[in-house]
Amino acid sequence: MTSAHAEHVNGELPHEPEKATLEGRNKTLGFWLFLGGEAVLFGTLFATFLALRNSNNDGPTAAELFSLPITAIATAILLVSSLTSVFAIQAMHRHNLQSLKTWLIVTVVLGLGFLGLEIYEFYEYVVHESFGLTTSAFSSAFYTLVGFHGAHVAFGVVWISLLIAQLYRKGLTVVTAPKVYVSAMYWHFIDVVWVFIFSVVYLLGKVG
Amino acid sequence: MAQAQAQGHVHGDHHHSVKRYTGIMDWLTTVDHKKIGILYLLAGGFFFGIGGIEAILIRLQLIKPMNNFVSAQVFNELITMHGTTMIFLGVMPIIFALMNAVIPLQIGARDVAFPFLNSLGFWTFLFGGILLNLSWVMGGAPDAGWTAYTPLSSEYSNSHGVDFYTIGLQIAGLGTLIGGINFLVTIITMRAPGMSYMRMPMFTWASFITSAMILFAFPAITVGLVLLSFDRILGANFFDVAAGGNPVLWQHIFWIFGHPEVYILILPAFGIISEVIPTFARKRLFGYSSMVFATILIAFLGFMVWAHHMFTTGLGPVANALFSIATMLIAVPTGIKIFNWLFTMWGGQITFTSSNLFAIGFIPTFVMGGVTGVMLASAPADYQYHDTYFVVAHFHYVIVGGLVFGLLSGLHYWWPKMFGRMLSEPIGKWTFWTFCIGFHLTFFVQHFLGLLGMQRRIVSYLPHQNFDTMNLISTIGALLMGVGILLFLYNIVVTSMKPMNAAADAWEDGRTLEWSIPSPPPEYNFKQTPLVRGIDAFWKEKMAGNKAMTPAEPVGSIHMPSPSILPFVMSLGLFIAGLGFMFSREDFSNSFMSFIFNNYLVLIIGLMITFGAMITRSLIDDPGYHIEPEEQEEEVRA
Repeated sequence: MTSAHAEHVNGELPHEPEKATLEGRNKTLGFWLFLGGEAVLFGTLFATFLALRNSNNDGPTAAELFSLPITAIATAILLVSSLTSVFAIQAMHRHNLQSLKTWLIVTVVLGLGFLGLEIYEFYEYVVHESFGLTTSAFSSAFYTLVGFHGAHVAFGVVWISLLIAQLYRKGLTVVTAPKVYVSAMYWHFIDVVWVFIFSVVYLLGKVG
Repeated sequence: MAQAQAQGHVHGDHHHSVKRYTGIMDWLTTVDHKKIGILYLLAGGFFFGIGGIEAILIRLQLIKPMNNFVSAQVFNELITMHGTTMIFLGVMPIIFALMNAVIPLQIGARDVAFPFLNSLGFWTFLFGGILLNLSWVMGGAPDAGWTAYTPLSSEYSNSHGVDFYTIGLQIAGLGTLIGGINFLVTIITMRAPGMSYMRMPMFTWASFITSAMILFAFPAITVGLVLLSFDRILGANFFDVAAGGNPVLWQHIFWIFGHPEVYILILPAFGIISEVIPTFARKRLFGYSSMVFATILIAFLGFMVWAHHMFTTGLGPVANALFSIATMLIAVPTGIKIFNWLFTMWGGQITFTSSNLFAIGFIPTFVMGGVTGVMLASAPADYQYHDTYFVVAHFHYVIVGGLVFGLLSGLHYWWPKMFGRMLSEPIGKWTFWTFCIGFHLTFFVQHFLGLLGMQRRIVSYLPHQNFDTMNLISTIGALLMGVGILLFLYNIVVTSMKPMNAAADAWEDGRTLEWSIPSPPPEYNFKQTPLVRGIDAFWKEKMAGNKAMTPAEPVGSIHMPSPSILPFVMSLGLFIAGLGFMFSREDFSNSFMSFIFNNYLVLIIGLMITFGAMITRSLIDDPGYHIEPEEQEEEVRA
């Protein structure tokens, strides 16, 4: 008997609505495990990148290619978006639906900003630097690792946008709360992956 | 949080309006773990049959020297597809069939944690498997070995075969990963009151550890398959030496997945044996906690030994020595298990049912596979064994003599629980003896063929090398194994015509919770969640003179998830997208075909179907439905 569940029936949300039902708790735990698998996935991609990062096949090298200012801005944007997603979850715990929606929208906008910078970066590489997926083993590993991360960000942007739409239609309930919570976990995860990409791909590429 | 999931008690409005399907739609939309288990068994059995036919064809080609039964190209396709099909599409799904059928019952749960995802896992596996096997009729099957070593699989394999391999396994692997997460969460959160971790039945423990291994091993092959398909389809250079790529990278990624995979296969078999032997010895499992410890240790070490598949790659003496020692260490926990099974039988009242025959037959057979495993673990000796029939003999002793024996034991054991009918014991015993003798005839001689120098994966061999007789014996054995499997199928047909009258405690000596409920169980499994008071919970109650488990909750309305067609649709979308990606660079003679494929339209449509179904699932809440106590009474009477 989950008393929290009963509270909801009486029209009151518990402090942590994402943990009120067994379904919600299962979803959170399942998602933690999924992120464990995702860590192996990105770990394998990082290992591939590290193995091939100096094989530039007469194409551009990392040091010639990368521009730290742009990636530093992208990093700042993504880190701030992680903070705004924390604010969203705090608003959810205060049961402040309006504030929750606002912070999620800010998170999505920042995610879009990051994606815009990444697309610009890739465009520059392909068009002006002749650095495509097939240029070298280094380029294949670079685009696959960074592209996988970018695809994760894009998926997260679409996902959180859909959740915002659901919050407008359904409000904050013990069904919608776990969805918002796991999307925030996902967002933090791709943020952490980016920290590693910034260090291992860009910083190491510039100085290593 | 191991308390019962007392669902469906506070909602004021009960939903009876949920559509419930019958016939084929029931099977396409079911989220009931027992039905999904049956689906896994049917699909896995089908692919197991295909893999078996491929094995027989391989053996017929090798029955005599310089045979021309199949061409060299077809032979390469046969060995590739035999290995790939058996591992990914045959035995893995049959393991999932037993996990689905048994685990929720063993932990006293009404359902798995994610019924919808459970269904999705099945359908992605099935569509991935179909895609892989379509290669036979769409321009040639994969032909680079089940390990798909680069550059053989990248530069030197010019049909679409390996594309079917990468995309098909990618989709099927997704299903396995989903299934693994589902069982992890189910076992962590859905256990009945009193069912602590150290009271869980060994099959549940083994499946728990297996699921954890799936979670950490499968993402590696996901990446490997992405890299290989990017190399082949998009022209990336991961494994292309000329552009700076590195073929050894593939070997590392493949085996970082591949070695844990063989423990993913064998641990559930260990679990099955640990259930069957105590039941038919009427004794509790000897050394339960050491069994749990050994399982965890095997799983841990299983991730540390991948490079023993690469001793001859040239990693150097230090790496070879470390991986050698780590590999030999695995013999210790495995030995603990073997002795525990022997001590369980020691002094027990053993009944030799067909299920128990397979379990007892497993022990010496698996030990033989283990001993050759330790021989292969010695790096200097491996230079001699590598790529010979000695290796083929070794892994068939552990996979067939270990896992398939375990699966057949488990299927005979849990058949009455899954289908409500007892398999015929006489036919079961014939199955065991033909299969067991056939197995040893096939593979025992292969040790010596390997030591004499016969390489694996060769289409034919010259006469007068002392290979001829042993290859003939091996082929006869393979046919006998085929007879064993046909007898098992005959048993299933005969049994399905008998009345559905298996008792709840079908073997009368059942020890775990699944035997405390009817065979087959009702939709909701447990009318009242049971209270678990010790290890071998049901046996403990029986010894205390109780006829049934003590309930942990009053009779009440039971909440069930609604059926859904969306998992099927999502998987179909992935299947279409996979075909679209695979043929995106193909030169079609038909202009319409080149328009839709070369512009990625098929890929996009497939992904839109999948994402559309995901969005639908997210937007429309599933209220489920309730089964009221009156209906529960009716079902029991019916």
